[in-house]
Amino acid sequence: MSELPLTRNVRPDLSPTGIKAYEANGGYQGLRRAMAGLSPADCLQVVKDSKLRGRGGAGFPTGMKWSFVPMDNVSPGHKYLICNADEMEPGTFKDRLLLECDPHQLIEGMILAAYTIGADVAYIFIRAEYLKAARLLREAIEEAKAKHYLGRDILGSGYSLAMYVHASAGRYICGEETALISSLEGKRANPRAKPPFPQVSGLWGRPTIVNNVETLCNIPHIIERGPEWFGSLGLGEDAGTKLFGVSGRVSNPGCWEMPMGTTIREILEDKAGGMAAGYQLRGFLPGGGSTDFLVEEHLDLPMEYESIGKAGSRMGTGTMIVLDDQTCPVGFVKNLIEFFAQESCGFCTPCRDGLPWNAQVLDDIEQGRGKPEDLDTLEQHVGYIGAIGNTHCALAPGAMEPLQSALKYFREDFQRHIDDGACPYRGAH
Amino acid sequence: MPVIKVDGQEYEVPAGGNLLETCLEQGLDLPYFCWHPAMGSIGACRQCAVVQYQNEEDTRGRIVMACMTPVSDGAIFDLSGDRAAGFRRTVVESLMVDHPHDCPVCAEGGECHLQDMTVMTGHRDRHYRGTKKTYRNQYLGPLIHHEMNRCITCYRCTRYYRDYAGGTDLSAQAAHDHVYFGRHKEGTLESPFAGNLVEVCPTGVFTDKSLVHDYTRKWDLQSAPSVCTGCGVGCNTLPGERYGRLKRIHNRYHAEVNGYFLCDRGRFGGNHVNRAERIDFPARRDADGRFQALTDQALGELLTELCAGKRLAAIGSPRAGVEANLLLQTLVGPERFASGMDDTEHALVDRALRHLVNSGAHNPSLRDIESADSVLVLGEDLTHTAARTALALRQSVRNEAYTLAAELKLSPWQDAAVRNLAQDRRSPLHVVCAGSTDLDDIAAGHYRLVADDQARLAAAIATAIADSQTGDAAAQRIAADLLAAERPLIISGTGAGSAALIDGAAAIAEALVARGKAAMLSFTAPECNSLGQALLCRDSHTSLAALAQSDADVLIILENDLLQRLAAEEIDQLRQRIPTWIGIDSLENDTLARCDLILPAAAFTETEATYISQEGRAQRAFPVHPPAQARRPGWRWVVELAAAVDHPDLAGIHHFDDIAAALAVDDPVLQGAAAAAPDHAFRSRGLKIPRQPHRYSGRTAMGADVSVHEPRQSDDADSALAYTMEGAASTDRPGALLSYVWSPGWNSNQSLHKFQSDIGGALRGGSAGQRLLDGLSLAKLPPAPAPSAFGRRDQQWLLQTHHHLFGSDELSRLSDGIAELCGRAALYLHPEDAGRLGLEQGDGAEVAGQALEVRLDASQVPGSAGFSTGYPETLALRAGHWVEIGVAAHWQRAPELIGSDREATA
Repeated sequence: MSELPLTRNVRPDLSPTGIKAYEANGGYQGLRRAMAGLSPADCLQVVKDSKLRGRGGAGFPTGMKWSFVPMDNVSPGHKYLICNADEMEPGTFKDRLLLECDPHQLIEGMILAAYTIGADVAYIFIRAEYLKAARLLREAIEEAKAKHYLGRDILGSGYSLAMYVHASAGRYICGEETALISSLEGKRANPRAKPPFPQVSGLWGRPTIVNNVETLCNIPHIIERGPEWFGSLGLGEDAGTKLFGVSGRVSNPGCWEMPMGTTIREILEDKAGGMAAGYQLRGFLPGGGSTDFLVEEHLDLPMEYESIGKAGSRMGTGTMIVLDDQTCPVGFVKNLIEFFAQESCGFCTPCRDGLPWNAQVLDDIEQGRGKPEDLDTLEQHVGYIGAIGNTHCALAPGAMEPLQSALKYFREDFQRHIDDGACPYRGAH
Repeated sequence: MPVIKVDGQEYEVPAGGNLLETCLEQGLDLPYFCWHPAMGSIGACRQCAVVQYQNEEDTRGRIVMACMTPVSDGAIFDLSGDRAAGFRRTVVESLMVDHPHDCPVCAEGGECHLQDMTVMTGHRDRHYRGTKKTYRNQYLGPLIHHEMNRCITCYRCTRYYRDYAGGTDLSAQAAHDHVYFGRHKEGTLESPFAGNLVEVCPTGVFTDKSLVHDYTRKWDLQSAPSVCTGCGVGCNTLPGERYGRLKRIHNRYHAEVNGYFLCDRGRFGGNHVNRAERIDFPARRDADGRFQALTDQALGELLTELCAGKRLAAIGSPRAGVEANLLLQTLVGPERFASGMDDTEHALVDRALRHLVNSGAHNPSLRDIESADSVLVLGEDLTHTAARTALALRQSVRNEAYTLAAELKLSPWQDAAVRNLAQDRRSPLHVVCAGSTDLDDIAAGHYRLVADDQARLAAAIATAIADSQTGDAAAQRIAADLLAAERPLIISGTGAGSAALIDGAAAIAEALVARGKAAMLSFTAPECNSLGQALLCRDSHTSLAALAQSDADVLIILENDLLQRLAAEEIDQLRQRIPTWIGIDSLENDTLARCDLILPAAAFTETEATYISQEGRAQRAFPVHPPAQARRPGWRWVVELAAAVDHPDLAGIHHFDDIAAALAVDDPVLQGAAAAAPDHAFRSRGLKIPRQPHRYSGRTAMGADVSVHEPRQSDDADSALAYTMEGAASTDRPGALLSYVWSPGWNSNQSLHKFQSDIGGALRGGSAGQRLLDGLSLAKLPPAPAPSAFGRRDQQWLLQTHHHLFGSDELSRLSDGIAELCGRAALYLHPEDAGRLGLEQGDGAEVAGQALEVRLDASQVPGSAGFSTGYPETLALRAGHWVEIGVAAHWQRAPELIGSDREATA
């Protein structure tokens, strides 16, 4: 079994790892190494070489993202690092594991990331419902400060960093990095047009990096053990390990750290124990509620950014939602679209007014009021709302991914609803 | 210049713009909602989508928002193909999912941008089968009507209200498809610029309440270019009339002056012209003191009887035009003509005028003011004395943001990006005033001093600019900020009533010029033609005090309620000295009540007149409709008076243009005023310019309750405008003759871009008006005496002016909606002073025999007291006077009404 650095401190009872246990298990060694002799440019090069890609969903190379932060310091003022811990993607519960079980791993990763980009203030923007995690993080920050890992003059290096936990107001859109920034500034959580990117004009108009919890948790290990080691963790193209999750009617739903490139079948069958008794697999959303359906033929694909992308979906957060044969795909998609319609910030027209329209059409179909032309309407909206660039941010295109792929894989279900004037799954379970 | 390709055709376009404004400038119709020429792009509505191709080989292309796409050389776009047009059609259909079908009863109908864009995209059939969302509307005060069901969530309202105009009490609330634009609770919108929401909203969410209640569609309005008479700024307006009533006032675009926006005094302050107290007929006061209307013949005889062979004196008016005042001055002679301002005010305006001419600093337009990168305001609460200037300053402090944006290669039109980048980093604005001002929220520093100390600080700043080692910390800080700027601006004015302060402002500007700075110097003027009066009397000014000593037999008072300016006893003295008074005015007032003969003046909507703004810009207002009854323009009455005395110089004057021809020959100022607009002989394509739009309806029916015969259209022999729908309404007609904006397919005010040379630029037909002060030479005045430092007194308080946008102006306060907002005249006291006097907020204080409502104001300098200027209760109070303050007897505290109660009682 290969090495699983991210969850090495996760105990079977999921109790939190305090600073002593964290240090005893090699914690803060990456930070000590950096403070003792690595320059920010050195750290950046290590992270670049590691080929780490963002674990929040988009999979953007982390080192490249950091490299856009201006380091000349010609314009005086703060730079910021923000940890995006607003885990709200439907079906996603991976960051919570890291936050609740090993808060110091995140904090060490953030200190290193902040050091690399020259940030002097860091925020952990955390989902409001994660009360336990927020409490643990606040305690861990105090512990880290007491040990001079945080605060002024970290480990005598001259580098200083303040770190704060900020609870989100509780909207899905806050997970979009620029909406998160707006929210952190106390404004409506509306995403911002890019360019400019947050790396040059983010929080309070200053250079800002927003990274996902899992992404940052990789950093201490990469700094401590180097890019080659990190690269060796993955089975294929992508480096490192990944937290994968499965929910739905499987025998053993849950979340596990596995090498990048593990096949879907391995996750679904070995870890999740296959479908629950009496249920057959219809399809699955491989990376959370805003990714396209994949089906049985895709089970042997490795979970990698490229391979999942080529199959027509996205690896997203790496947490699968499984659709079984006794759940109505129309109702399944309707539920998702209603969620995304509700979570629209209301800024741009296709998302604000288009998603509820689709929810209404899907509701009509599900309730047996569907009309043949409704499928044309849905198809038309997939083109209208579903393309990046048509909307202000990625929420609505993501929201349309399950719908567009459901129309591809489960079209006969839609048609039957319309032809029968009723949901064929009603009363089936 | 970049060359771009749109729909296969190449266009050479200006660099730096976005594709939407570029397309509009090229005459291409591309629909949009959230973009606004004065507010830039945010990419919210997705309505201006086009397809962009990477290169000639790219056949797929991708949808981009034109408003968010910079034009670059070689860029290829498809505007009208199926994909782009189909996307735009679906966007409109989504927007219309919840939009009510209430166009027939909507005040926006017929000038609705949403209607225009819906038609333009070709959306017709509705596919959505769900129910529509509905909202509760709010009471937003007496000026603006709220109808949220019509909202299409373009965010223009809050962007304008909050980002552009600095308001805080209107916001986007809730989320997803239930975003709500309103206040946190019902109540009057607080921003003095809220009225622009009426024009900013692309549909009928925010409409003009007075128009809603006295409704006429845009296409049925007769309108003419006019100039706001609410203050000295000189904003260009477009009043609309039907049935002889002023229905509404819209902004009339002027690139150098008001741009796209007015203040609420200007927009809502004109309907005093509809009041029942208007004077309709000439009347003579009989022995019982009652006025008896006169026939034409009787009037003619009476004029001869009163005036022929008599020594005539006259008081002009800073709210009447140049022409009426000029005629009057000529009729009675300069030595018996007073400007109509009180002597103190005249001296202040005259002083400011001479500094504008002599300081060496640039005298800025409002657009120039917006370009300032460091501003010092001295003694003015500009939001209340020259409101549109305050709105311009709210833009000037953003120059810091544009500088920061340029470093990141962001264009100014990338509005959200620029604001997010700059946050609260602003160009410095320092405000020196007697109390808090409505610009303090964006000020780098504010300094609360009584007027004398303001003047002392101004002098110290001027010294510190010359020698940075001198002066206290405040003076040094302000001097440093001004010196660090490329375009520093000093604004002062007559509002504080201090000559030394005006001198101090000029001294600062001169010191900056001496240090090689391209400094700007601007002064507010109290009324729409105050500067015109100062110019008219620049060589020979007769004070009211001198007039009261004159040997005149007859006093002619032009459009002037002397009670606004003089104490009652001063008026009585004047009345005793000069036995016969002839008053020319439009509304009943206490001065007319004292006259022997009153002549009904046309209101600003009924007369042609040139007003000279605080900038020295001569601008022409035209009658929107002919005066009813026996009302006549003020200048015509003066011509009648001249005829009665056979005045030789005025004998040949029959039409408006004759005035300048007869009297302006040797005077560059008067010639400039005459050139403010094309004369009556101007023709566009051989035709006069119509005041009524093409679709003006009901011409034969409007008077059918009186006669079924269609009356002949009134002639307008005085101007190039006609009271008809026939004529040449081209988009290149002169800015001064812009009687309405409309273009095929563009029924709303968004059609303006068809009239502009470029977005936000000059009108195609040329900007209206003439700047008069550039190159003028006037003698300097000796400096005002340097004031001594303020020292408080035990039992007396030093009065300081406190201006109110709603309330301090004589005529706008008589307009319906604004009358509701004026409130009672107030006395502003520091809480400590109020405590010593035993007064609390809302109590009555007695000052000089008048009861005033006490308002506690910690920004008031202890030992001083601010008073609401221009209120009937405060006309006797003078800034700089020491008064005793007592507790008013029998004072009734004002009841507190919540919004819905106000609506119910309205």
